Amino acid sequence: MADLKVQIIQQLNLQEVKPEDIGNDQPLFKEGLGLDSIDALELIVLLQQHHNIRIAKPEDGPNIFYSVRTMAEYITAEQNKTA
Amino acid sequence: MSENAYITSACVIRNNMVTRNGEKVFEEKNAALPEFLRALYDRYSGQYPKFHKMDLLSKLGWAAVEILLQETPMDMYAPEDTGVVLANTSSSLDTDERYYETVSEIASPALFVYTLPNIVIGEISIRHKFKGENAFFVDDRFDIGFIAGYVRQLLETGAVKACVCGWVEQYHTGYEAALYLVEKNARGMALPFTAEQVEKLYR
Repeated sequence: MADLKVQIIQQLNLQEVKPEDIGNDQPLFKEGLGLDSIDALELIVLLQQHHNIRIAKPEDGPNIFYSVRTMAEYITAEQNKTA
Repeated sequence: MSENAYITSACVIRNNMVTRNGEKVFEEKNAALPEFLRALYDRYSGQYPKFHKMDLLSKLGWAAVEILLQETPMDMYAPEDTGVVLANTSSSLDTDERYYETVSEIASPALFVYTLPNIVIGEISIRHKFKGENAFFVDDRFDIGFIAGYVRQLLETGAVKACVCGWVEQYHTGYEAALYLVEKNARGMALPFTAEQVEKLYR
């Protein structure tokens, strides 16, 4: 999850956020890290660029991008499918 | 031109130097534009993480307004009473080009949202809660007479009571910002709002 936090910070250009500032279960949007809808699109790009994962069901987005942990679990699950 | 409006603050940024109300207030020699803008942010802004996501044009305009309004707070105005009228010559071409470069792989959503010049007005308005009239003009030069006339009309018709106006230009390494706060009521340096006075502050 530490690597994923670094990727998120770089992709979203969060220059004043350090990896340790992001809790594993902290909500990424709204009251958590305060990300917005454009950031959501950038997280989709991150999955494609860094993990070669395309989200098949857009309606799953809120659950996938809820926190760093849910993102990491989704990435692991998708990688296991193709392994 | 009406004397019943006043330039209450002015900020000019060019050649890595900032002047406010005609006096030099900041200089960062030999810094490239991104570093210079970051230095302005560090010097004049509180924490505002969205700044780092802006394109260079928006950063320039946003930082210039931070300096412009530093000693002329706007909290006495209702959000609808303050307008923003800006102009430049390169529109959002710098970001347009950078966005186009991403299209061959995965188009960047974060760049795409800055492929209009008036986004800088949006960033300024979000920061300062302005909801008044706004316009962004693309012209081959800073036509002070036109901008002054347009803003004067907004003030005289009662569309706004105050207006941030001026020039925000950026393309590659070239940039220049010249912004003015114009109000119906005098405060601050309170120079008469005339094209001649704007020109004098611009030079």
